[in-house]
Amino acid sequence: MIDISLGHYLFLAAIIFTIGIVGIFLNRKNVIVLLMSIELILISVNINLVAFSVYLQDIVGQVFTMFVLTVAAGEAAIGLAILVVFFRNKGSIHVEDINTLKG
Amino acid sequence: MNDFQNIYPELFLILILLLFLIVGVFLKNSFIIIKKATIFALLFCIPIIYLNFDNQLLVFNNNYSINMFSNFIKIIILISSAFSLIFVGQYFKRIKIDKFEYMILILSSTIGMFIMVSANNLIGLYLGIELQSLSLYVLSSIDRSSLKSSESGVKYFVLGALSSGLFLYGCSLVYGFTGSTNYLIISENFSTNSLGSIFGLVFILVGLAFKVSAVPFHMWTPDVYEGSPTSVTAFFSLAPKVAGIGAFIQILFIAFKPAFEEWMTILIFISIASMILGSVAAIGQINIKRLMAYSGISHIGYALAGLAPGTIVGISATLTYMSIYVVMNIAAFTCILFLSRDRVYYEDIRDLRGLSKNHPLIAACFCVVLFSLAGIPPLAGFFAKFYIFKAVIESEMYLLAIVGLISSVISAFYYLRIIKIMYFDKKIDKFDDMSGLGVKLSLFTSTLIILFYFISPSFLVNLSDMASKVFS
Repeated sequence: MIDISLGHYLFLAAIIFTIGIVGIFLNRKNVIVLLMSIELILISVNINLVAFSVYLQDIVGQVFTMFVLTVAAGEAAIGLAILVVFFRNKGSIHVEDINTLKG
Repeated sequence: MNDFQNIYPELFLILILLLFLIVGVFLKNSFIIIKKATIFALLFCIPIIYLNFDNQLLVFNNNYSINMFSNFIKIIILISSAFSLIFVGQYFKRIKIDKFEYMILILSSTIGMFIMVSANNLIGLYLGIELQSLSLYVLSSIDRSSLKSSESGVKYFVLGALSSGLFLYGCSLVYGFTGSTNYLIISENFSTNSLGSIFGLVFILVGLAFKVSAVPFHMWTPDVYEGSPTSVTAFFSLAPKVAGIGAFIQILFIAFKPAFEEWMTILIFISIASMILGSVAAIGQINIKRLMAYSGISHIGYALAGLAPGTIVGISATLTYMSIYVVMNIAAFTCILFLSRDRVYYEDIRDLRGLSKNHPLIAACFCVVLFSLAGIPPLAGFFAKFYIFKAVIESEMYLLAIVGLISSVISAFYYLRIIKIMYFDKKIDKFDDMSGLGVKLSLFTSTLIILFYFISPSFLVNLSDMASKVFS
C-alpha cells in the first residue's frame, strides 16, 4: 500500500480543476454543463483547502471551505435564475444560441 | 465588541439595506422613495467616513484594515454609486426597470466593494468580491423582458464565476504554501522560490484582472456593457473598477510585497496589453456603450501602469487617475443617457449627428468630456495621464511610458470622431430635453470639475498622496 500524501491530494485537485476549465472552454452544447464545470472548479479548490488544512494542522482552511461551499450554493442559485430568465426570452439554453451580442 | 465601532460605514449601509428591503416588500410602489432614500444614504455615508478619515487600525484580529487608503477608495465608491443613481433620471421608468430591488442590489454591491477594499485576509477579500459580483450578475440581467439584458447576464455570470474559481484556486495555493490567509502573515512567509506560491499569486492576479476587465481577461466587458441597461452599464464602469483597483493595490502592496519582481512583470504585460487593445479595438465600434467598454479597458491599462513601478508615487498617481476617471465617466454616461426621443433610447454613435445644433450646451459638455478622456490639456484627463507617466518614468520604465503615449494618441482618434460627428455632420431630429435637477447637476458639476481641475490640482493630489502613504 502506498501512503496518500499531500502531493496526491494536490494532484487530484489540479486534475479536477483542469477538467473544469477545459469543460468551460470546450463545451459547445448546454449552459447547464458550464454550471457543472464551475462547480468542479470550486470542488477542486475545496479539496486543496482541506488537504492543506490537515497538512498544516490549521483550522482556517476548513473554515474557508465552509465559506466557499456557502457562496457556491448562492452562486448556483443566481446562475440558474439568470438562466431561467434567458430561457424565457430565447427559448433555448444552447451555448451556440447565446449570440445576440457580438462585434 | 470594540471592533464594531470602527466599521460604522459598513454597518450603516447593511442596516439601511435591510430596512429598505422590508420597506420595499410592504410598501407598494415604493420605487421613487427608495431611490431617493438610497441616494441620500449613500451620500450620508461620505461624512461618516470622512470624520474618521485618518484612522489607521486593524480590526477583527488583523483581518480588516481601516486606513486612509481604504477610506479614500470608499469615498470614491460612494460617490460613483450615488451618482450612478442620480444621473439616470427617467430611464428606470421608461424601460420599466423601476423595481426597488435595483437599489437593494446597488447597496449590496457597494457593501461588497467596501469589504474588498478593506479586507486584510483572503477569505474577506473572496467574500467581498462575491458579494459584489453576485449583485452585479443580477443587475446586468435586471431587464427581464429583454433578450440582450438576460444574455449579458448569462455571459457575465459564466465568466465571472470562472474568474472567481481561478481566484479561489490561487487563494488555496497561497494558503497552503504560506500557511495563512492573513495578508500580513502571507507577506512574512511568502517565498519567491516556491513554485506553489508563485502559481497562487498568478491565479489571484488573473481573478482580480477579470474583475477590473484588464486584457487578456476583458472578453466579457463589451458584451456585458452593450447588453445591460444603460444605467447598469454606467454603474459597471464606475464603482466596480475603482474597487477592483483598490483590492489590487491592497493585495499587491501588503500580501505580495516580497514577490515584487514577479508581479511587476505580470502588471507590465497586463497594462501594455490593455492600453493597446483598448485603444485599437474601439476604433471600429459603432455602439457607444461598446466604445465606452473599450475605452474603460484602456483606462484600466493606464491605472495599472501606475502600479507597475511599485512606488508610493505610483499608487498615488493611480488613485488620482481613478478619481478623475470616475468624474469623466459620470459626465460621459449622463450624456449617453440623454440620447432619448419619445421614450426610445439610442446607442449608436451616428445618432449623435448634429447634436451641437440641436443641443449646443450638452454637445459642448460632451465635447469637453471626450477631450478629457482623450487626455488633451488642460483638462483633468490630461493631468491624470500626466501623473501616471511621471511615476512610470521616474522608475525608468520607458517601454510602459512609450506604449502608453502611443496608445493614448490612437485612442484620441475615436474620441475625436464622436466630436466630429456631433459638430460637423448633418443634423437629425432633436432629442428630448434634459429633465430633472439631478441629471443637470451631475452633468454640469462633473464637466466643471473636468474643465477647471487645473486651477487647484493639489487638492486631489494631496489626498491621494496621504492615502498612498499607508503603504510606505
